[in-house]
Amino acid sequence: MGQTITEKILARHSGKDDARAGDIVMCKVDLAMANDVTAPPAIKAFSKMGTERVWDRSKVALVASHFVPAKDIASARLMTHMRKFALEQDIEHFFEVGRGGIEHVLLPEEGLVAPGDVIIGADSHSCTYGALGCFSTGVGSTDLAAVLAMGEIWLRVPHSMKIVYDGVPAPWIVGKDMILAVIAQIGDDGASYMAMEHVGEALAHLSMDSRLTLSNMAIEAGAKSGIVTPDAVTTAYVRERQAVMGRPRDFEVPVSDADAEYESEVRLDTSSMEPMVARPSLPSRSVPVSEIGRVRVDQVFIGSCTNAKIEDLRIAAYVLGDEKLAKNIRLMVTPATQRVWQQANAEGLLDRFAAAGASVSTPTCGACLGAHMGVLGPGEVCVSTSNRNYVGRMGDRTAEVYLTNPAVAMATAVAGELVHPEEIRAAPPLRQGALVA
Amino acid sequence: MPRAWKYGDNVDTDVIIPARYLTTSDETELAEHALEDLDPTFAAEVMKGDVVIAGDNFGCGSSREHAPLALRGAGVSAVVARSFARIFFRNAINTGLTILVCPEAVDAIESGAEIRVDPATGTIEDLTGGRSFRSEPLPDSVRDIVDAGGLVPWVRNRMAVTR
Ligand code: SF4
Repeated sequence: MGQTITEKILARHSGKDDARAGDIVMCKVDLAMANDVTAPPAIKAFSKMGTERVWDRSKVALVASHFVPAKDIASARLMTHMRKFALEQDIEHFFEVGRGGIEHVLLPEEGLVAPGDVIIGADSHSCTYGALGCFSTGVGSTDLAAVLAMGEIWLRVPHSMKIVYDGVPAPWIVGKDMILAVIAQIGDDGASYMAMEHVGEALAHLSMDSRLTLSNMAIEAGAKSGIVTPDAVTTAYVRERQAVMGRPRDFEVPVSDADAEYESEVRLDTSSMEPMVARPSLPSRSVPVSEIGRVRVDQVFIGSCTNAKIEDLRIAAYVLGDEKLAKNIRLMVTPATQRVWQQANAEGLLDRFAAAGASVSTPTCGACLGAHMGVLGPGEVCVSTSNRNYVGRMGDRTAEVYLTNPAVAMATAVAGELVHPEEIRAAPPLRQGALVA
Repeated sequence: MPRAWKYGDNVDTDVIIPARYLTTSDETELAEHALEDLDPTFAAEVMKGDVVIAGDNFGCGSSREHAPLALRGAGVSAVVARSFARIFFRNAINTGLTILVCPEAVDAIESGAEIRVDPATGTIEDLTGGRSFRSEPLPDSVRDIVDAGGLVPWVRNRMAVTR
């Protein structure tokens, strides 16, 4: 019986020829990540583990992302704590405010992620990196502390769920719509403890930005990891990022064997899809946008690790055109990283958003987790490109959040209510999922 | 006598402890806001030793370890659920919050019931309903961490051996 890509990666990292779903393995880690919320408790736990130094200062990333720029004195303290540790330990990949952004977009951009890697992040959306064909999962702070101490983690090798995306994606369909459709089909715990393995002909039409969105939301189905089979798009992206960042590193490109064993299989025909909208207050409450009916909206948020990459901002700007925002809407645009911000600025996108009446901010998680920069008040309704619409997630417990792709979000900001982007603009020409300018 | 607080499926870590309170990781401070977006009465009325009973996928969402800490700080002695989301499961084990998987107990126990949980044997007694349940045993590798007293001492022991 063959092995899945996940079994192969975990076997190789635990010094075994063979690892099978259900096995418990001690696994070597290639990159460990924490942010300003999860690092401080991890540092506290680390200090009690009987060692002075992290196992490898070149394999640790500490990222200022959640409550930055410091939103209050308490969050300034969190950053002080993380910064002090980063400097004392001489952590190689410490990303200060203004020099990084949201970790799940940042680390691939930095050329720090390659196919076949094992990445452990103290943030649930660490599953995102699987878009590059690595095994990557989220843990809590104490688990992360153990990795900082030992460079290893115990893992149960997950069973895999195969998700086959058929067809050429219909106009407007991007990674966000596909993953929402899958979660609607399998439920919020439909892939619990499993590796979601994304395969199929539609993926050849998906840019790396879109693939990152696909694996970002594995956790919203309860999965341990999400992985996209690495292909030419993957290797071209990884080589390019490594070259730009001056971090060349050899990597293997593992793939699943034809006779690998899967726990279950889900199929999705992407050619007949419509943009998806997740209704409050669970991602699984996703339906095609035409079934949504009239929804009054107060705020639109184009941000987060899910959909604030350059491709997302380009599509949003395309839908916006020269329009102004509807009077009843306030729009927050928060690019995911400093590099995305600079690129969007160079292309004139930020200026177009601002001219239309949007609030354009520095990169941060911000409104995504109801922290700052766009917190919702009682009874308010938000259309958001982020990944969670749980009760209270973006602010008051009576506020409601609808999750969409960036095109639907911008169309909503222009129309003043939740609409199909087609009502604002004809579908854009796409090549490999990316907008042809 | 400890009482049961019963909730439904998909109790996520954002409702267990909202992100707006994550500027601290102090258990007692977090406890003041435990479950506040789901049940505003909980933090004020929960008593030491009380037990949270929940459906499927308890602790889904964010990886914040502040969630088990907030429950522990509030005095919760155990969470009994039909199933746990994996990151919460690891975090609870690592930080020493007792969690038990027992669908039968979840179905049978009513909110407010008097209950007694023995973490060592995994027994859950419903004193109000007059029934007793046995939870699913933990896998051996996880048992090791619990027996060591959590992940911090487990790592410390391991580091001492490999040194
Ligand atoms: S953008 Fe939102 S989901 Fe992504 S890492 Fe930040 S808080 Fe988490």
